Amino acid sequence: MSDQQQSLADLQHIKQMMERSSRFISLSGFSGIAAGICALIGAWFANRKISCWTKGDCTLDGLIDQGGVQLLNDLMWIATLTFVAAFISATLFTYLRSKKNGLPLWGSATSRLFWNTLIPIAIGGIFIIRMMQLGQFELVAPACLIFYGLALVNGSKYTLGEIRYLGYGQLALGIMSLWFTGYGLYFWGMGFGILHIIYGFLMWYKHERNN
Amino acid sequence: MNPIRDLNKMFDSRIRLGIMSALMVNASVNFNELKELLDITDGNLASHLKTLEESETIKVQKGFIGRKTNTTYSVTKAGEKAFKAHLAALEQMIKSTK
Repeated sequence: MSDQQQSLADLQHIKQMMERSSRFISLSGFSGIAAGICALIGAWFANRKISCWTKGDCTLDGLIDQGGVQLLNDLMWIATLTFVAAFISATLFTYLRSKKNGLPLWGSATSRLFWNTLIPIAIGGIFIIRMMQLGQFELVAPACLIFYGLALVNGSKYTLGEIRYLGYGQLALGIMSLWFTGYGLYFWGMGFGILHIIYGFLMWYKHERNN
Repeated sequence: MNPIRDLNKMFDSRIRLGIMSALMVNASVNFNELKELLDITDGNLASHLKTLEESETIKVQKGFIGRKTNTTYSVTKAGEKAFKAHLAALEQMIKSTK
């Protein structure tokens, strides 16, 4: 090997080691697809619940007028189950990929990614719960999308950089949905369902297709 | 100017180069994380870390997590300077042979 080739190989090795030690790169595209499918199933159940309660009227105002405590309860259950299912399936595929790459699932890179995405999500969660306590249901979907988008943009520094674009997508949808109150669930489904699936597929195509 | 002269012998080894790369982008990294990252044996890693430590390129902090020892490593000011000079020399090598 010539000196030049040797230097290039050394630089590539340095770059790779820097990446591997500072970013969590085992995030699987299948995780995105799985989370997206869970979100769509959840949104479908939620939509069916809302429609049958409001008889075709999908705005959440109708629900409050009817004193829909039971409906709200059901929706909270759907949301919780959707989140748990999405989290478990997303973790599973990422776990499988990290095993295949021979990288630890939990290390300093993962913990940095975890904390940096958790903070905006947890704050968003508290904000949304308080909003619902005050009876402000119109902005629940936009708030979900916006806080999640911010979490992704923040976390993108600690994992595959492309997740930033998924974050921008969620933010754009979140902002748009601020002006389309009453259609929150559709925007929510677009963001958490469709965007996740598209992102997951692109990530799989780019990083995992060949191995 | 001969760029080879500026290449640091300390970073000839792939393993030491890997250790330095990881330490440059992290405030500190512990022994087990380095071991998993580089995929080498305890003894091998320990000997390379010793070499880097003796040349004051890296520093060692010994601590505990519960009752288990947790040894973390970080790069020294001198080590950071040496590594940056080594990177610049590598870059120079590539440019000069073009």
